[in-house]
Amino acid sequence: MDIKSLQDRFQEKVDAEIKIEPRDWMPDDYRKTLIRQISQHAHSEIVGMLPEGNWITRAPSLRRKLGLLAKVQDEAGHGLYLYSACETLGVERDDLFQQLNSGKAKYSSIFNYPTVTWADIGTVGWLVDGAAIMNQVPLCRCSYGPYARAMVRVCKEESFHQRQGFEILLTLSKGTEDQKAMLQDAVNRWWWPALMMFGPNDADSPHTARSMNWKIKRFTNDELRQKFVDVCVAQAEILNVTLPDPDLKFNEETGHYDFGAIDWDEFWAVVKGNGPCNKQRLVARNKAHDEGAWVREAAIAFAEKKKQREMAVAS
Amino acid sequence: MKNNWPLWEVFIRSRQGLNHKHVGSLHAADADMAIENARDVYTRRSEGVSIWVVPSEQITASNPDQKDELFDPAEDKVYRHPTFYDLPDGITHM
Amino acid sequence: MKKFEYVLRLADSPLILGQRLCEWCGHGPILEQDIALSNIALDLLGLSRNLFQYAAELKGGNVTEDDLAFTRQEREYQNFLICEQENGHWGKTLLRQFFFDVYQYYFLHALKNSSDERLAAIALKSIKEVTYHMRYSSEWVIRLGDGTTESHGKMLDALEALWPFTGELTQFDELDLEMEKIGVIKNLAQIPSQWTNKVIEILGMATLPIPEKGWMQKGGKSGVHTEAMGFILAEMQYMQRAYPGAKW
Repeated sequence: MDIKSLQDRFQEKVDAEIKIEPRDWMPDDYRKTLIRQISQHAHSEIVGMLPEGNWITRAPSLRRKLGLLAKVQDEAGHGLYLYSACETLGVERDDLFQQLNSGKAKYSSIFNYPTVTWADIGTVGWLVDGAAIMNQVPLCRCSYGPYARAMVRVCKEESFHQRQGFEILLTLSKGTEDQKAMLQDAVNRWWWPALMMFGPNDADSPHTARSMNWKIKRFTNDELRQKFVDVCVAQAEILNVTLPDPDLKFNEETGHYDFGAIDWDEFWAVVKGNGPCNKQRLVARNKAHDEGAWVREAAIAFAEKKKQREMAVAS
Repeated sequence: MKNNWPLWEVFIRSRQGLNHKHVGSLHAADADMAIENARDVYTRRSEGVSIWVVPSEQITASNPDQKDELFDPAEDKVYRHPTFYDLPDGITHM
Repeated sequence: MKKFEYVLRLADSPLILGQRLCEWCGHGPILEQDIALSNIALDLLGLSRNLFQYAAELKGGNVTEDDLAFTRQEREYQNFLICEQENGHWGKTLLRQFFFDVYQYYFLHALKNSSDERLAAIALKSIKEVTYHMRYSSEWVIRLGDGTTESHGKMLDALEALWPFTGELTQFDELDLEMEKIGVIKNLAQIPSQWTNKVIEILGMATLPIPEKGWMQKGGKSGVHTEAMGFILAEMQYMQRAYPGAKW
């Protein structure tokens, strides 16, 4: 079959909502796009463990410590499901790690911001996980089977993360003046970076159309961002916090909230490595990987010895 | 030097009476470790009562290019399905 | 109030060891093992929480689990010194875990026959967890001891560093014996030989030497800790100390 008919048949399947599976024929660019997107997604989960992980040892109560540890552990799990999905496309996790550790691969820029108070942990849960869920739910219907299945699992588990974050904030909102101030300060710092998580405006997002055609993407960046803003406003009221945007107001005509302009210079600065924590994040990932090398090597050596011994006994 | 742990496919029986179902993959140095890793990775929320792990390289899969010749011929064998056979009205328990 | 003291003692070791394991989250040698170690940390912290809740009830008044876990002075913590030792490398963490798991495995088996129903129930639940922990840490000790020359060497270092802190696991003080007298814990005398036999078995499989008995450090049960402890508490108690009385 020639390439044109393969491509047509592929697109017909995608259009008919038939999932593409690992061994099916797929256009090279589809494969590359998926590898890039899924691995970036996996990296984000893994790097995302760092800003939250650094509060586990300082969590203010046993209940919070358990909840936060379970959450950060889940993120390791999500990274793992996603690397697994990526491996079905013929790349090895180790190679993806190399790309991350060398600074070549991208991950969600939000994790280059520091978590400086306990309220940040709640806010990350509420806004960052909230934005992530908004992004991820449509991915459960992605045309690539293994990615879609991994996302179903991720979304199922992720729902407790956002609730946990919101509960942390709700407790602060009913607490002392110090706690309320801590809450407002955290929301002030995380609101705009959370909006940036949906990526550039549609006009500046060249691959969106193709990804939507391939059903890797179901909504545009701006559509998802608008949805997110709309749901957050009511939630912010319950928390008794102000969202730091003087232009935020309901538009009777559109039925949505209008919001102010995003500082894309900041977004691109962070993407390009100049966020407050880009360097620390990479150092931490490299350290874990490098210091784990002898452990991984020893485990392989031991497994090999064990196999040899079992064979010797059998013969 | 590469010392990557091999890839394993994981199958979980979610409760007694059901088949093991493929849930994903993971890396482990040996089979025992793969079982333990699968327990920690894929059954954190009581999703399983039994685990199988299989080295990914040991799986033989059918070729998707042969999908038509493998699976289409079954489609017109309607006589394998109970609805193919006509029965008079009023017959029950059949 | 003796029982209150005793329950606190039982809660402190899993708390401090769990706290140490939390430091690994996000920094493990491979994702799968990162997740595995967090599971153990969750089990330990869960156990300590059950015990602190019980201790708070025994104490009565408005005392909460968190008051007990987060606001005592260093001298009031009674965890084993081995639990507070620094993580070091993966092998040292797992060897520390192994020594503790073996103790905890036999200890909880003794505690499940406690005349105190609450403690017996807590022990029974945790036995399943510790059985898994002990298998997991044993396997890692064997794997690294008998892995490569490098890993063997690192395990020897870890053994040398940790061994002096193992004596405490099988030494019982007045409070322990008093609790045994009233049936809160049973058959303490069995634990030292059970611990030693298991440790000899696993170190042997790991091709690691069984160290001489040697000089053993102690102090955990009387609240005299190593220098590592103050830093653990500084971090762990930070929020409770900075915002006294706040709810989280």
